[in-house]
Amino acid sequence: MRLYLLGLLALFSSVTAAYTLEQFQFDDPKQTLQFQKLIEELRCLVCQNESLASSQADLAQDLRAEVYEMMQSGKSREEIVDFLVARYGDFVLYDPPLKPATYPLWFGPLLLGILGLLIWVRVIRSKKRAADRELSEAERQRLQELLQDADGDGKQA
Amino acid sequence: MKTSLRFLLPLGLFIGLAALLFYGLKLDPRKVPSPLVGKPVPQFVLPTLEDPDRTVSDADLRGKVSLVNVWASWCVSCRAEHAQLMRLSRTLKEVQIFGLNWKDRAEDALRMLRLSGNPYVVNAYDPENQVGIDWGVYGAPETFLVDQRGIICYKQIGPIGPDTWEQELAPWIDLKTRTCREPN
Repeated sequence: MRLYLLGLLALFSSVTAAYTLEQFQFDDPKQTLQFQKLIEELRCLVCQNESLASSQADLAQDLRAEVYEMMQSGKSREEIVDFLVARYGDFVLYDPPLKPATYPLWFGPLLLGILGLLIWVRVIRSKKRAADRELSEAERQRLQELLQDADGDGKQA
Repeated sequence: MKTSLRFLLPLGLFIGLAALLFYGLKLDPRKVPSPLVGKPVPQFVLPTLEDPDRTVSDADLRGKVSLVNVWASWCVSCRAEHAQLMRLSRTLKEVQIFGLNWKDRAEDALRMLRLSGNPYVVNAYDPENQVGIDWGVYGAPETFLVDQRGIICYKQIGPIGPDTWEQELAPWIDLKTRTCREPN
């Protein structure tokens, strides 16, 4: 039984022995913050809904180390981003650049919103027009008849 | 006329949206297009897997059509595609299969080649993912089709199946001139 528990413990401790960001320290704390902000903005290609900062994938760790080394050697944020985009494409950016291929991404929601607004305005207008319309003479007579029927013995219909 | 439009317009919008989403179902979000296609292969020098004292470089990819196959012994899909690589190495004499052994241990990799056969002319050994990052590798297996000038014609993400060469890869290379081409 004790052996079994020890085995379980070993199993879980190995699972929790995950990567941490602590190994990536800079002399300047400001640079540490810059590093953390940058890897928040980069996407992991393996776990696609995670940033490089949060992903536990092996590749994410490799890329974190690469970004760290480049920052240590004095590369600017732009240089590092360009380096990654040249290899992995715009996909690594959570904030994709504005260019013809990404126009639908940037303007699609806006266009749909405008379309919805137009439809909404039209519907409101047509309802208002229907409500404002005066009754014609024939319609008014018919209304009177119906109201009188309702006031009468009420046995009809 | 006006009433029919009122009913047809939402129906048309719905069908359009449904068609778009249906098309989206068939796309694989794991297949991220590589910006390296159409460009020369990244420069590299690595020791070979077979003999750590020997090196290979991007110069070894010139003059021939190559399939650069990124693989590892721990990668299950790589084992699945291994038989296809063996078949291609026997039947496709115009093309050399060049291995990039990625994030692996040499002893494990060599054992796999001993046990299930070696389709590679040579393997570059990249345990630390130095060259892998330059090639934009984000998982194994990946296979790059490279022409004799060293230009990447096509990138195959995921394992090579029985029809992958004929259907996915071959259309991108002209084996007579040994250069990339656009599929017709």
